[in-house]
Amino acid sequence: MLRIRRFEEKAGQLYGMGLVGGFCHLYIGQEAVVVGVQLALAPGDQVITSYRDHGHMLATGMAPRGVMAELTGRAPGYSRGKGGSMHMFSREKNFFGGHGIVGAQVSIGTGLAFSNHYRGSANVAVAYMGEGASNQGQVFESFNLAALMKLPCVYVIENNRYGMGTSVERASASRNLSQNGAPWCIPGVQVDGMDVLAVHAAAQAAVAHCRDGNGPYLLEMKTYRYRGHSMSDPAKYRTREEVSEMREHHDPITAARAELLRLGVPEAELKSVEDEVKTLINDAADFAQTSPEPDAAELWTDILLENAHP
Amino acid sequence: MTQVLMPALSPTMTEGKLARWLKKIGDDVHAGDVIAEIETDKATMEVEAVDEGKLSEILVGEGTDGVAVNTPIAVLSAEGEAPAATPAPALPKSRAGSEEAGGEDERQVADRAAAVRAPATVAATTPEKVWGATKPTTVREALRDAMAAEMRADADVFLMGEEVAQYQGAYKISQGLLEEFGPRRVVDTPITEHGFTGMAVGAAMAGLRPIVEFMTFNFAMQAIDQIINSAAKTLYMSGGQMGCPIVFRGPNGAASRVAAQHSQDYASWYAHCPGLKVVAPYSSADAKGLLRAAIRDPNPVVFLENEILYGQTFDCPTAEDFLLPIGRARIERPGQHVTIVAYSIMVGVALKAAETLAAQGVQAEVINLRTLRPLDIGTVVESVKRTSRLVTVEEGWPYAGIGSEIAMQVIEQAFDWLDAPPVRVAGLDVPLPYAANLEKLALPQPGWVVDAVRKIV
Ligand SMILES: Cc1ncc(C[n+]2csc(CCOP(=O)(O)OP(=O)(O)O)c2C)c(N)n1
Ligand SMILES: [Mg+2]
Repeated sequence: MLRIRRFEEKAGQLYGMGLVGGFCHLYIGQEAVVVGVQLALAPGDQVITSYRDHGHMLATGMAPRGVMAELTGRAPGYSRGKGGSMHMFSREKNFFGGHGIVGAQVSIGTGLAFSNHYRGSANVAVAYMGEGASNQGQVFESFNLAALMKLPCVYVIENNRYGMGTSVERASASRNLSQNGAPWCIPGVQVDGMDVLAVHAAAQAAVAHCRDGNGPYLLEMKTYRYRGHSMSDPAKYRTREEVSEMREHHDPITAARAELLRLGVPEAELKSVEDEVKTLINDAADFAQTSPEPDAAELWTDILLENAHP
Repeated sequence: MTQVLMPALSPTMTEGKLARWLKKIGDDVHAGDVIAEIETDKATMEVEAVDEGKLSEILVGEGTDGVAVNTPIAVLSAEGEAPAATPAPALPKSRAGSEEAGGEDERQVADRAAAVRAPATVAATTPEKVWGATKPTTVREALRDAMAAEMRADADVFLMGEEVAQYQGAYKISQGLLEEFGPRRVVDTPITEHGFTGMAVGAAMAGLRPIVEFMTFNFAMQAIDQIINSAAKTLYMSGGQMGCPIVFRGPNGAASRVAAQHSQDYASWYAHCPGLKVVAPYSSADAKGLLRAAIRDPNPVVFLENEILYGQTFDCPTAEDFLLPIGRARIERPGQHVTIVAYSIMVGVALKAAETLAAQGVQAEVINLRTLRPLDIGTVVESVKRTSRLVTVEEGWPYAGIGSEIAMQVIEQAFDWLDAPPVRVAGLDVPLPYAANLEKLALPQPGWVVDAVRKIV
């Protein structure tokens, strides 16, 4: 969680310096969600999400250097500088992106689950979406398809209360998004997404349900993003007090730290983890700033794959 | 001591106004504290501290306009640190900076030269393979046989779509496939194009080889976001990691008397997009050979069939391994007076016109494009160099159509060989009407092609 937090702070800083371009959506505040879910997964399970994806990439084990270098649009970035903040992937870590069209990742994620079902593997796919995305038609189409075909897909709605400037109350007639799969009998639960242990417990149950061949599962994570929707969002649709209330009283990292101390982990050990993370992120930022931009020839690569056949 | 720099807070911001300081000298600052408000080109934004310390100096006062991104605006000192004289900061290379940098260096010039043109595609010079024995086959059978052959050869290939399994296909293309391959590999879907197309794209990204049947391409508009934004672009956006081996197939273009919503040619829509291959077969051989190639292709292929052609019979090679390469046109009829370029059902229209023209002493060369992306412009250009005249024929609308593209490429590559301006034959620029007489008036007929040729020959 701390790695994600520090990474995102650094990304925001690099954005401020003009080193990161375009849209940049930070995950600060939501760290417990992806960390809790990821810890419930097994090798081979697939993960897919939206453009708010840096946290997911780090949680699947992707290297901070590669992610940060993609943010700065440099050659050693995960997409060789051709994807940017919203579009990164890792076959090795089974991370399927990074998608910029709100809701599109949900049907693609359903297809990842379909591939597990087709192959008879025990793997599970996790498709993350915002609460704003959860209103998209293709999300409901996916729920129906997954329930109909009994696909092993965990749908995670990261309800951070806002889709850009629109609060969930102004966008969803549904007051309990975890029940959005109810017409298709998809079990769903609401979870305190600021509590990494609660997230982890819920994710374990969801993943077990899917792995056992019972079809999809829906988790609604009640969470909060501290920063604006993207770097250029003045966030005038909510009060300063609302944000500080969450930060000061519900921060997932502060809570986890307190819990660790309570369990007897020495302060010095936590401090050394904090230092380690700081070093890691600073190294990633240096790497991302000093790496070369992609070669002009990269413009024309990766458009089509070479056909081995005719 | 840490400098606080003027941040860029929007994708287009190069400078802004420092509207207000919310902290004063001597205040303690923690990461995340709002220290100032700035006005960007779009909005008033809060500047949050990234580092911790005591605000020891304010370098840019409230109300200052036009503060460039990355200008130091304040200094934070660690506890007990004496405020030092501010050294001139080494500005990192920013978006603003790179645009304003005066002269171009050599690398930029070389980069631009390398960037303007796509790597040259090699024109096919080898003659097309001779496949031997043929047998009369309908386009419908050819498509089914192609899918069956590839499904036998590769367990990762599966067919999915509305009515493909139990109903045997809305147009009976998948006849018998459910019996042979079972419901795991021949998958009926609900009427949910956007969802199942996205699902198939995901399955392809996970390494399977889906064939998605659209009942007709008119309904693929529900799913075009997944076809273009997800299937076609992801390989590029992933730096080559995430391929999408998938075929989107189904009838395209006008059928008969089904009116505007069910009668549209999407050729130029899809052919417009890098990252896709677009195939439009005419004969049974095209259908079989190209569909097999499309299924084996590691890229997303849009395979545009035609309902009226489904029942037509052509000789089709019987060889087990029969396959046609994507990206090669075929000269259906040689001739020396004019080149007529067509695809899909319009190849038949062009061939009829060529017969009429032959009776009038005009020998037309008819080229069946077969693939619209990548376009075999080499074959067209070579032909035009012999005939010096070009007529294009398509069912779709003329505006920004396939004909426009071919004419432009021929002008670029063979202008000096042309003895007359190219002529386009296309569907009329109207939604397709229902009434029999009006429908016929809106779709290209052999007579239109004859007239077009007679304008320039
Ligand atoms: C189909 C589509 N419509 C609109 C947008 C623009 N857009 C990007 S993010 C966003 C808000 C989405 O909110 P939510 O799903 O709650 O995710 P969050 O940003 O909160 O993580 C919008 C409207 C888009 N990218 N795609
Ligand atoms: Mg949201």
